[in-house]
Amino acid sequence: MGLLDKFRKGLEKSREAVWGRLAQAFSRQRLDDTVFDEMEEALLAADVGVETSVWLVEQVRKKAREQRIATPEELPALLQQAMEEALAGMDVTMRTAAAGPSLYLVVGVNGVGKTTTIGKLGHRLVQRGARVIFAAGDTFRAAAIEQLQAWGKRAGCDVVHHSQGADPAAVVYDAIAAAKARRADYILCDTAGRLHNKAHLMAELSKIHKVVSRELPGAPHEVLLVLDGTTGQNAMLQTKAFKEVVQVTGIAVTKLDSTAKGGVILPIVREFRVPVKWVGLGEGIDDLEPFDPSSFAHALCRS
Amino acid sequence: MLEGLANSLQRALAKLKAKGKLTEEDVQEAMREVRLALLAADVNVKVVKDFVERVRARAIGQEVQQSLTPGQQVVKIVYEELTELMGGSQTRLRMAPHPPTVVMMVGLQGSGKTTTTAKLALSFRRHQHRPLMVAADVYRPAAIRQLEVLGRQIDVPVFSLGEGEDPVRIAEAGVAEARRMGADVVLIDTAGRTHVDEALMQELERMQAQVHPDEVLLVVDAMMGQDAVHVAEAFHTRLGVTGVVLTKLDSDTRGGAALTIRAVTGCPIKFVGMGEKIEPLEAFHPDRLASRILGMGDVLSLIERAQQAVDEQTAKEMEQKLRQARFTLDDFRQWLQQAQKLGPLDQLLSMIPGVNKLKGIENLSWDDKRFKRMEAIILSMTPEERANPDVMNASRRRRVANGSGVTVREVNQLLNQFEQMQQMMKRFSGLGRRFGRRGAALQALKGLDLPDLGMSEPLSPSRHPGEGRRRSRKSKRR
Repeated sequence: MGLLDKFRKGLEKSREAVWGRLAQAFSRQRLDDTVFDEMEEALLAADVGVETSVWLVEQVRKKAREQRIATPEELPALLQQAMEEALAGMDVTMRTAAAGPSLYLVVGVNGVGKTTTIGKLGHRLVQRGARVIFAAGDTFRAAAIEQLQAWGKRAGCDVVHHSQGADPAAVVYDAIAAAKARRADYILCDTAGRLHNKAHLMAELSKIHKVVSRELPGAPHEVLLVLDGTTGQNAMLQTKAFKEVVQVTGIAVTKLDSTAKGGVILPIVREFRVPVKWVGLGEGIDDLEPFDPSSFAHALCRS
Repeated sequence: MLEGLANSLQRALAKLKAKGKLTEEDVQEAMREVRLALLAADVNVKVVKDFVERVRARAIGQEVQQSLTPGQQVVKIVYEELTELMGGSQTRLRMAPHPPTVVMMVGLQGSGKTTTTAKLALSFRRHQHRPLMVAADVYRPAAIRQLEVLGRQIDVPVFSLGEGEDPVRIAEAGVAEARRMGADVVLIDTAGRTHVDEALMQELERMQAQVHPDEVLLVVDAMMGQDAVHVAEAFHTRLGVTGVVLTKLDSDTRGGAALTIRAVTGCPIKFVGMGEKIEPLEAFHPDRLASRILGMGDVLSLIERAQQAVDEQTAKEMEQKLRQARFTLDDFRQWLQQAQKLGPLDQLLSMIPGVNKLKGIENLSWDDKRFKRMEAIILSMTPEERANPDVMNASRRRRVANGSGVTVREVNQLLNQFEQMQQMMKRFSGLGRRFGRRGAALQALKGLDLPDLGMSEPLSPSRHPGEGRRRSRKSKRR
C-alpha cells in the first residue's frame, strides 16, 4: 500500500464525515451564501476552529470570485488549495545531529500517545538500519516504564530506565551516556504526560530540556509535541504552552484513525508556525506516517 | 478567541440601552456571540445550533431586569439554559440489589480509564465498600501492570489473567472472583478503543452480555473536540451508557464536549476527574461547567453564591474598613466566616482568578479544617492583639499557639497572610483615593482578566481578595 493510500485509508472516516457535509453543500445548484455557510459548518465540525474556518471560507469565496466560478462543484479544489496554502512552507523533515546521536524529546499532555508514538518512531528508524535508544523519562505514571519496555522489545530498541519516582532528567542524562557508549544513532526521550497549565510540571520539563542541551551539544534535535487528534481547540493552548517552555520543533498528531478529523492542525500551523511532522493512524507498529500537507488537505476535502 | 463571552456580548450590545423587553434584534446579535463562544468551547456544531435556537425562542420578549443590561440578561438566560441542560449533580451509581455491583469503564484510548477506575475504587473503599478491580485491557502494553500498581497504592485487589486472555473471559472470571472473595463492587477496566473499531466494539457488547453491568461509564477527556458527538453516539447506541466521567478537568479546557455528550446521550455526568493523583472522584457541578463553557470562569457562580451568603450590612461595613485599611484580625475572622458560608474554601479560592498567585497561599491546603484552625488562632488572641497584630511578640505567639492547639509556625503563617492581605487592601484603598471610589473598583476590575459582569457594586467582601491580589500584581508591574 502506497503512502498516500495508507494515509487516505486512515483518514477515510474523517473524509466521509466532512465530505458528507461538504458534498451536500457542493451539490447545490447555485453558489450562494448557504453553500459557504455549510462549508463553514463542516470545517467547524472538523475542529478547524472559528477563526480559521472563517478565514478558509473567505479564501474560497475570494478565489471563486476571482476565477468567476459559478457552480459549487468546483469549490472542493479551491478549499483544498486554501488549506494547502495555510500549511505550506513548513519543513516536515526530522533534524539530525551532524555527528553522534540525535536526541528527540517527546512531550505532551496525558493520554495523547507519547509512548506509542515513540515505539512506532523507533521502529521506523530501526527499519532504516539505525540504532535507537529509548529513555524512559516518564517516571511518574504507574507502569509507564514497563509500557516503554514492551515497545522497546517490539521495535528492537534498548531502553534506559530508572525506577518509578526517579528524576527524569537523570534518566535522560544516563541515556545520553549510554548512547555515546553504544554508538547509538538516536535517543528518543519519553516524558510524563503533563497538563500544560501545571506550572511545576512544565518547570520540570524545562529542566529536562536544559540537561539535554547541556549534555549533548545541539540537542534536542527535535522537540516533538504529541497532540491527540480528538482534542478540540485546547490543542491550541497546549501548543502555545509547550512551545514557550521547550521550543517545540514539530508536532505528531495521533488517533486520526477514528472519526476525529484533526482539523485543529490548520489553526495550529497557521498561528504558531510549528510544522506537523507525523500522524498516527492506528495502533499497529507501522501506523505512523510522515505528515504530508497536500494529501491531508486532499483527503479532507475531496471524495 | 478565548475572550469571555460576557465581554464580547457586552461589546456587541453596548449600543443598546436598557429597555423594557429583549427585542428580536437584541437577541439576534447576542446569539451570534453565544454561538461563537460555544464553538470555541468545542461544543458540537449541531448541538450549538439547537441550543441557540432554544435560547433565542426563550429570550425574545423577556423583560430585562432592572439591574441588568440586555447583554447581561441574555447571558443569564444562556447560563440558566446551559445549567439546566447539563443536568443535576448525580454522583450516585446504581447499586445491584444482590452484590456484586458490576461497573464497566469504557472509552477512547488515553481518556483516563485506568486512572479513573482506581479513583472510583478508592471512592468506594472510602464508603466502606469492598471493591475489586478487573484488568481487562490486554492490548495496551503494561496496562494490566498499571492497574496492579495503582491497586497496591490504594489497597484494592486487582484481578487479572495476563495479556494473553480474552477480555470477555477476564471480565467473567473477575465477577466470579468477586463473588468468591465477597467483594461487593467490581470495576472492569477495559481497553481504550475507537468507536469505529468494529471488532473491539463487538467485544464490549459480548462483555456486557456476559457480565450484565449495573453501570456502563463512558470516560471522556474534557479536552475532546467535535468528535465527541460520534464517540458518544457510538458507545451509547451499542452499550447503553449509564453515566459519564469527565476527566482532565484540571486542564484549562472549556469542556464543551460535556455539553455535546449530554445532549447526544442524555446520560448524566456522574463524576469529574481532576489530576493524576489517585484521589476519590469529585462530584459534577453543572453550574460550574456551564459558566466555564461560556468562558466566564466560575466568577458568575461565585458572585451568585456570594450574594446569597453575605449579609448586605456586614458587607458594607467591611468594604468601608477595607477601603480605609482599618482591617483587623477580627475582620479577617469575619471574612473567613463569610467565606465559609460560600462552600469549601479551596473551590472558592480557585474560582477567584489569580488567587493562587499570592505568595504563601499555594502552600496551604485550604480545607475546612484549616479554616477552623485559623479561627481558633484568632480567637485565642486578646482584643488588643486582634486590633493591632504588631504587638505579637514571640511570647505572645507561643501563648496563642498553646491556646489554640497549633504550632507557632501556624500562628506565624496566619499573621503573615493577614499582613499580606492588609497590604493589598492598602494598595486598593490608595488607588481609591486617586480614582475615587468607583474609579478604584473599575480599575480593579480592569486589572482582572475576567469579563466585566457589571456587578462591581455592591462589592462583597469575598471578592476583595481576588481584586486585591490582581490589583497588587498590577501595581508591581508598574
